[in-house]
Order: sequence, then C-alpha cells, then structure tokens
Amino acid sequence: MTTAAPARTSRLSHLVSTERVYRLGLAVAAAVLALVFAALITSLILLITGHGPISALHHMIDYGTQATQISAIINQATTYYLAAIAVAIGFRMNLFNIGVDGQYQLAAILAAAFGGTVALPPGLRQIGIIVVAMLVGSFWAGIVGVLKVTRGVSEVISTIMLNFVATGAIAFLIKPSNLGHLYGENLTTKPIPSSGQVGGISLIPGSDVKVYGLVFLAIGVGVGFQFLISRTRFGFDLRATGRSASAARASGVNVKKMIVVAMLLSGAVAGLVNMPELLGNAHNYSLSTPSGIGFTGIAIALLGRNNPVGIVFASLLWAFLDTSSNILQISNIPTSIVSITEGVVVLSAVVAFELVNRYALRRQQRKVGRELGLTTPDPGGPEAGGTGSEAVPA
Amino acid sequence: MTVRDASAQAVSALRADRRLTATNAAVSRMILLTLVGLVAISVTRIASDKPALTSGGVLGAAINAGVPIMLAGLGGLWAERAGVVNIGLEGQMILGTYFAAYFGYKSGSPWMLIVGGLIGGLIGGVLHAIATVGFNVDQIISGVAINLLAPGIAKYLAGIYFTTDKALASGGGPTQSPKVDVFNAFDWHGADRWLDKLTAHHWFVVSDLAGGVDAIISSLNAFTLIALALVPITWFLMRRTAFGLRLRSCGENPTEAETLGVKVYTLKSTAVIVSGVLAGLAGAFLVNYTGVYHEGQTNGRGYIGLAAMIFGNWNPGGLVLGSGLFGYTDALQQQTTTATVHALLLLVAIMLALAGLWAFAQRRVAQGVVALVAAALVLVWYLTTDSIPAEFATYSPQIITLFVLAVASQRLRMPAADGLPWRRGQGA
Amino acid sequence: MLVAVSEPSTVAVAAAPAVELRGITKRYPGVVANHDINITVIRGHVHAIVGENGAGKSTLMKTLYGMHRPDEGEIAVNGEVVHLSSPGEAIRSGIGMVHQHFMLADNLTVAENIVLGDEPRRFGILDKRAARRRIAEISDAYGLGLRPDALVEELGVGDRQRVEIAKVLYRGAKILILDEPTAVLVPHEVDELFGNLRELKAEGLTVLFISHKLDEVLAVADEITVIRRGTTVATVDPKATTARQLAELMVGSELPVPELRESTVTDTVELSLRNLTVRAADGRTVLDGVTFDIHRGEIVGIGGVEGNGQAELVEVILGLHAVESGQILLGGEDIARWGTRRRRTSGIGYIPEDRHRQGLLLEAPLWENRVLGHQTEAPNVRGPLIDVSAARRDTERIVAEYDVRTPGIDVTAASLSGGNQQKLIVGREMSAHPRVLIASHPTRGVDVGAQAAIWDHLRTARAEGLAVLLISADLDELIGMSDTLHVILRGRLVAQVDPRSVTPSELGAAMTGVEGDDATAPAEPGPADSGPAESGPHLTKGGSS
Repeated sequence: MTTAAPARTSRLSHLVSTERVYRLGLAVAAAVLALVFAALITSLILLITGHGPISALHHMIDYGTQATQISAIINQATTYYLAAIAVAIGFRMNLFNIGVDGQYQLAAILAAAFGGTVALPPGLRQIGIIVVAMLVGSFWAGIVGVLKVTRGVSEVISTIMLNFVATGAIAFLIKPSNLGHLYGENLTTKPIPSSGQVGGISLIPGSDVKVYGLVFLAIGVGVGFQFLISRTRFGFDLRATGRSASAARASGVNVKKMIVVAMLLSGAVAGLVNMPELLGNAHNYSLSTPSGIGFTGIAIALLGRNNPVGIVFASLLWAFLDTSSNILQISNIPTSIVSITEGVVVLSAVVAFELVNRYALRRQQRKVGRELGLTTPDPGGPEAGGTGSEAVPA
Repeated sequence: MTVRDASAQAVSALRADRRLTATNAAVSRMILLTLVGLVAISVTRIASDKPALTSGGVLGAAINAGVPIMLAGLGGLWAERAGVVNIGLEGQMILGTYFAAYFGYKSGSPWMLIVGGLIGGLIGGVLHAIATVGFNVDQIISGVAINLLAPGIAKYLAGIYFTTDKALASGGGPTQSPKVDVFNAFDWHGADRWLDKLTAHHWFVVSDLAGGVDAIISSLNAFTLIALALVPITWFLMRRTAFGLRLRSCGENPTEAETLGVKVYTLKSTAVIVSGVLAGLAGAFLVNYTGVYHEGQTNGRGYIGLAAMIFGNWNPGGLVLGSGLFGYTDALQQQTTTATVHALLLLVAIMLALAGLWAFAQRRVAQGVVALVAAALVLVWYLTTDSIPAEFATYSPQIITLFVLAVASQRLRMPAADGLPWRRGQGA
Repeated sequence: MLVAVSEPSTVAVAAAPAVELRGITKRYPGVVANHDINITVIRGHVHAIVGENGAGKSTLMKTLYGMHRPDEGEIAVNGEVVHLSSPGEAIRSGIGMVHQHFMLADNLTVAENIVLGDEPRRFGILDKRAARRRIAEISDAYGLGLRPDALVEELGVGDRQRVEIAKVLYRGAKILILDEPTAVLVPHEVDELFGNLRELKAEGLTVLFISHKLDEVLAVADEITVIRRGTTVATVDPKATTARQLAELMVGSELPVPELRESTVTDTVELSLRNLTVRAADGRTVLDGVTFDIHRGEIVGIGGVEGNGQAELVEVILGLHAVESGQILLGGEDIARWGTRRRRTSGIGYIPEDRHRQGLLLEAPLWENRVLGHQTEAPNVRGPLIDVSAARRDTERIVAEYDVRTPGIDVTAASLSGGNQQKLIVGREMSAHPRVLIASHPTRGVDVGAQAAIWDHLRTARAEGLAVLLISADLDELIGMSDTLHVILRGRLVAQVDPRSVTPSELGAAMTGVEGDDATAPAEPGPADSGPAESGPHLTKGGSS
C-alpha cells in the first residue's frame, strides 16, 4: 500500500491544525465544566448549611467589579501568577515543587531585610532586592533537587518538610535579636525606603488602589517562560525529560542536571512571588505578609494546565474568588466556602483534563486509521497508554 | 531431568535458603538496630546528663506522637502495596480530625471519635479512589488536590458547627472544637511504681528500658491498643491471606493479576479507601490525644507517615520503627526544653559515627569518610552550643525526616507497579 | 534445521472440535483488527496460527482469552457456544493463555504467581502446603522442573515460560494458547519447549500456537492457519507446505530476502572497543574484557541470548553506563569519559531496542520526535533556539524518503504503528549522517514491509561507509546482514562465526555456550544438531576480528 506522502501531508496539515484548535477548545470546555461542577457543589453545600447560593454569587460579583476591587484583583492575580509559573516549571519536568510556599516566604524575609539595610543607589536597590529574593528561592529549592538526584529522596516529601523548616527559620529570623524590628505593636524587618520601592500604576479609573508596578515583571516572567519552554534547546530538553526521562537520557540530556536546574529555576521564580507586594505596597516583611500562596500556585498551575496563558485566566479567576469572597461575611457565610470551591475546581479540573486527553487521543487514532485505511491496530498505538516517564516520585 | 536442571535446582535451592536467611537477616537487622539505638540513647543520656531523654513521660508522649504517624504510614502502605500512591494522607487526616471532633462532641462518647475519624478518612479515601482508579488521574496530583480541598472543608464546617452558641460556651470556636471526651489510660493501680523507681536510678540501659516499659503501659488506652493491633493485622492480611496476595499482585503486576481473574479495580479501590480510613483514624487519634480539634493540628504528619513507610521499606515492621523514631523526636520537642533537644545532636553524632564504621566494614570507603566527617561536624556543633533555637527545635521531626530519607532512600525497593497508571485491558 | 515432527492425534476425529471460531470481527477506534475469522481447532492437535507482525493475531488471542469481546461472531468450545466476558470466564471454559510477554510479578514467588486468583485456602487464609503439593504434581506430570519458593526475579527465560505454562495447567486448562512462545528462546530451549508440548498432547490437551517463525511452526504443528491483514486466508497441512509458501500466504506477495552482497568493508576502524569491563550496580561483571572493531562500511553483528551483556554493551557505548576499565575509541579517540550528548553529536547514531522508552516521546508530535536525539544539531537548531520551521520541513522530508505512513507531522508518535515509528527513527538517525550506528533489535515488532525497508536503508548506508553495530535476537537478521558476527555469552565474546556459512542452529548452539568454557550449563544436544558440542567447521573460537 503506497501513497504519495507529500501530497497527503499538505492536504491534511490544514486539517490537523484545525485539530489543534479543536483540542484547545476541548480543554477550555473541560475547564469551564469543572468550574460549573464546582459551583454546583458549592451551591449544594451552601444550601445544606442554610445559605442562598444565588444571592451569595450576586454579592460577590457586585463587590468584585468595583473599581478598587478590580485593582486589588489584578494585584492579587499578579502574585498568584508568579507562584503558579514557579510550580508549572516543575510540573513540566514532572517534578512536584510543593515547596513554593517555603521558598517564597524565606526569600521574602531575606530580600526585605536586605532592602531595608543595604543602601544601594535607586534602581540598583530594587534590582538587588529582586536578585536576593531569586537567589534565596533558588537555594531553598536547589536543596530539594540535589537531594533527589544524589540520594533519591522524593521531592514531594522533601519540599513539604522544607516548608516547615522554612517556617521555623523565618520565626527565628524575625526575632528582634535577628532581623526583626519592633515598631509599636508590629514586628517587621527594616522597612525599605521609597528609593527602593516600585511605584504603582493607576490602571483602573476610579480605583483607590494602584496596580503593582511589578505586574510587568510577572508578564515578563510569563513571556520568558513560554519562550524558554517552546523555543529554546533547553526548553526542549526540559519538556522531553518531563515526558520520558529514559528517552531524554538516551538523546543526550543529563537528566540529573536537568532536575537540579529545573528546581533552581522554579525556586528562583518562587522567590519573586512576594516582590510585587513587597516593593509596591508593604515595603517590609512582617507577620501579616500573606502565606499559603505556594499552595494556591499549585491549584492555579493545575487549572491552567501548566501553560502561561491558561495560568493568566486561572490566576484572575482565583484572585476574583478570593477578593470578592470578603463580602460574604456580611451574609454570615464563612469565607472559607471559597476554599471548598477552589478545592473542588482543582479536583474536577484534573479529572476533566484527563478525560479530554483520552478522548482526543482516541479521536486522533481514529483519524489516522481512517486516513490511511489501516486494518490493524498499532502495537505501539492503543496499548501505548502511559508516558513511560520515570520522574514520578514515590 | 538433565544435569543442567539438577545443578540449577541445587543452585536455586541454595539461593532460596539464602533468601530465607535473608528474611531472618532483615528481622535480626531490625532487632540489632533497635538494640544499638537503645545503647546509643542511653550513652547520650548519661553523657549529656539529660535524664528527660528517656523518662517515662517523654517516651509515653513519643508513643502518642508516633501512633498517628504510624497509622498514616500504614494507610500509605495499604495503598502503595496495591500500586497507588496516596499523597492525600494529610488531607484525609485533616478530615479525620474534624469529623472525629464533631462526632465526639455531639455524642459525648470517645468511641465516636473513632467513628468520626473513620468517616472523615473514608470521604477522603473515596475521593482519591474515584480520581485515580476510576479516572486514572495522576496519583500525585489527585493527592495534592485532596490536600488542598480537605482543609477548606474542615475549616468551613468548623466555622459553622463549632461556633454555635452551645459550642462556643464549651470552648469551641472557628478554629477549634469544644473539648471532647477521650479514652482514658488503663489504670494499673500502682503496679508500675517499681518501674518509676528503676528509672530514677539512671542506670545504663536498664533505666532506659524501664522508662520505655513504663511509657508503654502508662500510655495504653483502648485506642492505642486498637491502633497497634492494626499492624499485625495488616501484616497477616497481606502475607497470609488470598486477599492480601491479590492486593499485592495489583501493586506488582496488575496486568498479570487481571489475566488471572483478579478484580484489580476493586482491590485497588478498596486499598485506597482503607488507606484513607487509616489516615482518618490517625486524625482521630490526634484529637483523642489533645482533646480537641484545632486547625492545622496535623502539621505534616501525613507526609511524615509516608516517610516512615518508605523508611520501613514498605513493610509494617519497619514502618513501626520509623514512626517510633519520628514520634520520639516530636515528643522531645514538645515535652522538653531546647537544651534536651540539643542533646539529640550527640545522638546523631554517635549514629553517624557508627554508620561510618559500618560503611568501612563493608568497604565503602567514600561513604564511610563522609559519614565520619559529618559525625565530627555534628559533634563540634554539640560541644560548642548549649541549645538549639526553639524555632528549629519545633520542627525537629521534619528535619529528622529529611535526614533519614536522605540517608535511607537509596537501598529500598517499592512494589514494582507502584505509582503507575493502569487501565483494564492494558495487557500485551 | 529443526526436524522434530509431531504426530497428529488419532483420537479426535469424530468428537467436537476443541475450539471453533466463526466469523469473529473486532474493531478498535480507527482500525478493524480482525474481520471474519474462521478457525477450527481439533482436540489433541497443535494448531498453529501464523501471520506477520500487525496481522491481528494478538487481538484474536485476546478475544479468545476473554480480555475483550468480539464485535461480531461466536466462539464455541467443545461444541458449545461460549461468551467469554473476562479472563476468568475463559479459564472456566478450559482455555489458558501463555503470553508472549511474560506476566509475572518479580517480587513474588513462583508459587504465588501460579496460584494467584485461585489460591488454595482455608477461610481465606492461604494454604501454602496445598499449593506446593499441587505445583509439584503439575511439575512432575509435565516435566516442568518448578521450584515453588523461588522468587521469579531469580529465574531465567526458559524457567519463566514454564511458570507461565504451569499457571494455566494449574487452572485445569485443556486448551493452551501460546503466544509467540519461542520469541525469546534459542534453538535448544525451543526443543525443550516442543518436548513439553508433546507431553501436553499425550495427556489429551490442545495447543494453539501463535508464531511468525515458520520453520518451527512447520516442525511442530498439526495444522496451520494463516492470518493476513486481520482475516484468515488459509488453513494448511504442514506436511504439504513449505516455509516459502507459508510466507507468501502471510504477506500476499513476494518476500524480501537478505541477499548476498559484495563486501563494502574498508580498512578504516571507526569504533574500537578494547578490553572493556563493565560492572552492574550490584557488583556483577556484565562485560568482561570485550574487544572488537567496527570498520567503515561494515556491519558487525552480536548475537546472544537476552541478558548476556548486549544491553549493557549498547549503554556503555552511548555513555549511559559507566566503564570499569578498558577503552572505547571513536575514530581513534577514547570517548569513555564523554557524556552522552557529546557522543551523539560526534556521530554515534542510535536505534534503540525499546523505542517507546528510549527512542520516542509518545505524546509529542512527529516533528518534535525528529528533533529528539539531535537537539543541538542542524537543521533543528539555530544557536540556542529550536528552528521549528526547519525541523518541520526536514520531518516532512524524512516522512517522504523513509515512507513513514502518517497523515501529517503533527500527529503524536503514539498514533503510528510500530513499523512506521521505527522508520521515523531510522530516518532521523540516518539524516544526521552518523559515523557509527548502534542498531539494537532494529526490526523487532515491525511488519515485514518495514523490516525490508529498514534492512535496505542499513545496507545502503553501509555501502556509503557507515559502521554499524547490530544487536539482534533474530538469527536470520544476524546472519543475513552481518559482515562479521560475534557471539556474546555472560559478558564475553566467546565465538566469531562466518555469516556466509553458519546455520541458525549452529549460531544458537554457540549462543547457549555449547562450546562450554563453563561447567554449569551443558546443553542437551538436540536431535537435529550437526553433531555434539565441538566447534563445527564454521565456528572459530575467540572474539577478536
């Protein structure tokens, strides 16, 4: 059975690229379905516990679309975005960096202390703060990478243990005998003077709050990540290792080095998580510096399918949910209902994506079969199934 | 039969004998390790003059701290023996704490703590089973998702049900439950007083052993007994029953199991649900020990349980050893001063030195040198400081977990099909 | 040549056939795997089913074994129609399947593997003594030599197969299906297996035997059914058919044959291994003092039973495994300390044994797979960036030149058939104009058409000066393609044979160590061997060229 392959290729390549659009559409549909499902579950829980879901949603939308809140949402989304990208870098390599939380907080306190005490000329000072943050985050994540490649320690467990150690380290560092200063009732690091701060942008008219200047940093990180992953040799190696560590190894990739480098990169981005807030608003590290953003980052990365564009939407959605849920207190609804929504979204999204993937694969095989008039299944086809990746930890 | 067959048979009979001896060797290795540990702790106690290290009180707390870790690890073992990684133990434990406190509070009976823990863990286990066995979602992602969902559920429900007027009056709040009735320790009617006397003598090893026995019997209550009994029950089910063989085959070669008519999906799901239930029980045990539910009380013990399972090479016996170690560290940081925790450094130095000598005996020179150098460094650290900063001492269990995993991870062997996604009809 | 001939059972003429398949059809998304299959198996026969890779034999066996249900048609066992909805049902109908890829749990014992799913027990507790007793009975009755308490991990290939056979016998199978049972055996072990089959027949059992090794099938079967492109084309009497006729039935056209050729071997040594010693992680020596050269324009073949060091040899040359001592010289330079990437870019191409694990990213599109292994070379890259459009263009060229059947270069590698995947890999490797090509089982699991194409490409490249290391278990491939042929046994090159005159039987004998340097594995001389264990006229000792 011979066919003139080039003619077929050109005639069908058009079809296939519509194929790609189709798959994207499926993925988006899956995400929307997950959201709807989560909304249903949340409504159910609200009803059972005696509240009205419709009015709750109504309140949230009213509140969340006010000018000030929109700015707050963008700011929150910026922070979430960075956390999610940090997690996504790991995920693309099949590494589970659950330690973004510890990495970013440790980076935050040390960078804040640096910014408050080391006097650099303006411009250089901000850069210095950011660099310190990235270095600290990198280091904390690098430990995990080194442990994994040298001792075979699962990064899932080691990142979580290091989160706890980071909490202890921060408690130690914030003591007045170390980096902390007592200002009245507040224990904070030495504040960063205005020469080291980054001004905000009045993006939304009528808003009392300015959008963080470092939103551009987040955008830059996203663009950089996409470019790195899809266009560079390094990115190719990274994705290959994530898909099949054994194939990557045979192709010349030093998998151990890749793991460490990926963790270092992930940690560096994690270090940036608090920078927009630090340099644009708080100007110091204190006990009220937000925590737990690392875990939010994981949820958002999963929802956004580790894709820089998908993560934009997921971050905005999350920020909207978190910010506008503050209004729920008026109706006596515990704001923690939102964390249930978020949890259900993540779980249903991963299920939905899995189903979509399987459906898309079967559909593609059917197309291949139809086009080529095959009469036998591929030994490497329907039974191929898993990715054969070895980078999955215990 | 040919000459070849005969000689092959002889060789493999020898190997089989060696393997039986290998099983015996594993057991004797564990016993040796325990004895060495005992002596090392005794030496540490005397050298650092910190009797609290092996006092009955601390050891009793160690058991109470170790049991939840052990239960969580047992849960992890059930799932992984069937081939499913359950990272969601932490979330299942959290659900266990909430429901245990809720049912305990509503009913006033400590037995309802157990029931509540079972229910909470069951919910988490079923979720994980549906996602991983039903939909074949990546097992780690599913576990992480459950760990994100569970605290939200617990927090939400606590915010509603622990803030009613009645609950508030009994000490409840959005982050804490009212006090619940717990199991009381068995009353030995003073039969244990002679043990106290032995401990007070501070004799080498004997007093430490006495402290250990004292701790065991004084911390025994119905719940502890049940929890400890689950270990041999698990071992027996896994090794001696058809059910256990089939479950293990799902974790070793599920395709083979399927072709032989084993219901792989059913067994995997069962294992995952049992896994969740055990984690929920762990949570209930936490509530039993502290008398309340409070937010964040699990503090990573689900993950530490996984570490204990890995440390124990996926066997219940080793799991108990590992949980004991982590529980001891936990108890030490809770019950004693930072100066006493500081004495652990000496113990670590001793163990590192012993590990180094062992490496030399096995001709692994490089490893031996590294271990001895590390031992020396730790010793210097011990001698030049008086205590560890409290903030780090609080997290010494987690630090020890990291340390133990770093040392032990490489020589272990998990079930062959652990963590692999599997679908029906995947056979060649 | 194997000469063992089996006698058809004289008993079964009037009784119902053991198995009857009528009009079986099975569809998968996109393909029709089986359509209108009709087979009648007489009780007490060894009935062979032959067809090339991808013809649909495995699918058919899965249907017969209850792994899935046919879309159309029916199955009758001993005259009664059965509906096999699960392997359990098939077992209950007396059908037992011995898989091609053994399904054994390494960490469990022989006994545990055999009784799994049907354990002797008292109130749920395993009755180990009863299990051992039954296994001993089966082992003695059929001469299987089983050791119940051994861990499967410790067993060799032949023993593992016997455990698989025991599994089905333990469950009272009267009809055994053997799926490509000789794929991993050497001729001597094949004789053992056929001996076992004769004993099974003597006890009244029926055997279905799937294979694509026509010589063996002709030697042992009572009847042969040929399957081509998913349907049955003929049922023949082996006594009245030749291998060539069978092959043509299988393929439906003229067969390709590794032809005689002129030597293209030059004097320039491209790859040289000197005294290479390699240890495994547990300290075992897996390669011991291996020394040989590959010249430009030469194909050096290494034949051996799986597990004698071939895999490690490949890994060591590629840099995936550490060298204990010895040298690897590429064009005179010692590369033993080089990383994998450096070796690949210096001109070592690789066709891996397991293309799913090492050769492809199954979930990635074809053009990304073209880049794999060459992600630092033109035309795939420009500086530190991937040149996507150039890579895509080149992928289309490879698809055309190497006849990779695909609707486009954006489909994932997983959608392609094994043969087309392999053709893509070959095309990718050749396009980098390597100096040395490591081809490890290059045509395993590949349909005959693709196999012929790959052989052609290798020969053309050799004529242009490529040095090839060919590792294979296919004796015909080794003999047909190699200029120089070594035999590897327990990590050492123990013999060098002349491919122009050696027979598969002699080669197989050398591979199992019949010229024993060692006392622990004397082999039984098969009935058809050209004499007992001494060197024949075609075999020379030693491993150097």
